[in-house]
Amino acid sequence: MNLEWMAWTLPTAIFFITIICILIAMTTWQIISPCIKRRGFIPLSTTRGDRLFIGLLSSAYIHLAWLGLTNFTIWIAFVFSLVWMGVVMRWG
Amino acid sequence: MNKWEDNKAWFLVLPVFVIVAFSAIIPLMTVVNYSIQDIFGPGERVFVGLEWFKEVLGDPRLHEALMRQFLFSGLVLLIEIPLGIGIALLMPKKGWGASLSLVLMALPLLIPWNVIGTIWIVFTRPDIGLLGSFINGMGIPFDHTASPTQAWITLMLMEVWHWTPLVVLLAYAGLRAIPEAYFQAAKIDGASAWAVFKYIQLPKMRGVLTIALLLRFMDSFLIYAEPFVLTGGGPGNTTTFLSIYLVKIAVGQFDLGPAAAFSLIYFLIILLLSWLFYQVLQNAGKGDA
Amino acid sequence: MKIKKRTIALIFYFILLLLPIYWMLNMSLRTNADILSTFSLYPREITIANYVKIFTDSSWYSGYINSIIYVSINTLISLFTALPAAYAFSRYRFIGDSQMFFWLLTNRMAPAAVFLLPFFQLYSTFGLIDTHIAVALAHCLFNVPLAVWILEGFMSGVPREIDETAYIDGYSFPGFFVMIFMPLIRSGVGVTAFFCFMFSWVELLFARTLTTTVAKPIAAIMTRTVSATGLDWGLLSAAGILTIVPGALVIWFVRNHMAKGFAMGRV
Repeated sequence: MNLEWMAWTLPTAIFFITIICILIAMTTWQIISPCIKRRGFIPLSTTRGDRLFIGLLSSAYIHLAWLGLTNFTIWIAFVFSLVWMGVVMRWG
Repeated sequence: MNKWEDNKAWFLVLPVFVIVAFSAIIPLMTVVNYSIQDIFGPGERVFVGLEWFKEVLGDPRLHEALMRQFLFSGLVLLIEIPLGIGIALLMPKKGWGASLSLVLMALPLLIPWNVIGTIWIVFTRPDIGLLGSFINGMGIPFDHTASPTQAWITLMLMEVWHWTPLVVLLAYAGLRAIPEAYFQAAKIDGASAWAVFKYIQLPKMRGVLTIALLLRFMDSFLIYAEPFVLTGGGPGNTTTFLSIYLVKIAVGQFDLGPAAAFSLIYFLIILLLSWLFYQVLQNAGKGDA
Repeated sequence: MKIKKRTIALIFYFILLLLPIYWMLNMSLRTNADILSTFSLYPREITIANYVKIFTDSSWYSGYINSIIYVSINTLISLFTALPAAYAFSRYRFIGDSQMFFWLLTNRMAPAAVFLLPFFQLYSTFGLIDTHIAVALAHCLFNVPLAVWILEGFMSGVPREIDETAYIDGYSFPGFFVMIFMPLIRSGVGVTAFFCFMFSWVELLFARTLTTTVAKPIAAIMTRTVSATGLDWGLLSAAGILTIVPGALVIWFVRNHMAKGFAMGRV
């Protein structure tokens, strides 16, 4: 099977491997200690998985906004996103 | 409703997961790969980082197309959802009238999308089309290829004609699934038709209406074939929606990288809005139930 | 006279709904020269030449056969995989259920234009290009999630006590599902089957990309009516009228399921 057409690059490979690892980690965490829906500063009662989704989606928008509005390096947006993910997971 | 807690239910979901993931995940990964490279041909590609995303985000024509798209989808939802519910309520509940209504209702949905555009070209032509010559006959010069307003009106007419039946069919099925006992109880209480609608029919239709709203939102936001055939995005660029512009980049200029970046941004916009719609509708029901 | 008013409003809507379709029918019964030269509310000289051409030219009628084959395969796959999955979503809580449920729908959200190329590559890798099964599988991408969503809605409307009673009565899961549960959600199955059929039938981009000759769908063949001399409106209209027929038959068969809904207290 020739998969050359998928045009893999190192950054995208790392990106997808990270996503898969996060999913595996979340599943394991859920099995070890199931979580209960709760309500944080997001106006919805959410589970851990919901918060992960919200965090990832908003991180994507943070990156896009950073790219569209500023000329600084994207890594600053990346650090922002990491902090934001942490905040959402902990207090969301 | 309380559900049973059982992870074995995954086995019931597995076939669906496999069949959808097969077609979904690999193409998505490939498009992500495209979006950060400049692709010249098979095996010839250069890593460019987030260059394409930056280019696409700063493209003023994309901003215009996006605004047009929001206006279009907003109008579609505002017109089609209430109209669809209204017509579903008018439809007979049983007998040959119900059968006939259902079949007639489905007809516009069954025509391939490119043909819909073509038929509407003729239908609205002032010389040989029914609608075009009718409007001309009323003394209004009608030519949707020249006037942006008329192009928009024609597109909206076509869109409402084509897709309202989808909302009707879903709403109708939802209405029919309400047990008769509810209506009998309402009758005994002497509830008005409006009260029956507001407190029985509308809450009970929430599930199908969620689907109808999400479907209409997603499909109208992705609309391509019908406006492309009918107006070709013109006059000027006044009906160039996001997908028409996307195809111009992807196929017309064969810029795979920017087109891929564009697709991903496009996807993220739909994803966010659909998620918000979904959450709002889910929570709206909790108050009623 | 409330009933009367409702009927009039409904008939008025149906007239508007049918006008473009009537116009298509009108054109399909005229020659192209006639259509382009004169405006006429009804065909003055009826010709069935357009229909004859479609039914005798194998490159035309094979398009209908191809479309019907892949659409049927797709509808069957969608229903049979979606039924158990929708049941799981409506009855059980399991790891990642809500995420999975929403993820399914996200597959309808991808703008097709750029995804077509990797799609073509993927199906080439598996040697599926120009087969009916390829189009059927590709259409599962948006039909299976839709089927799961619609069916889940209908299934959630059935009280869970029915399941519990049946299990206490000694039904196995498959027995319960087929004998008791399916009749209760007939209306949902009918609607779902129709929608799967419909969306697969009218979809053009995937179907055109994944086929070349053997499995070419009718919608792609219809674009051929554009020739050097312009569009053959008569032929196109006749083909358009004929694309409505199979779907109309499908909805005729499921209409009772759709109209009846389910009678409570049967179990």
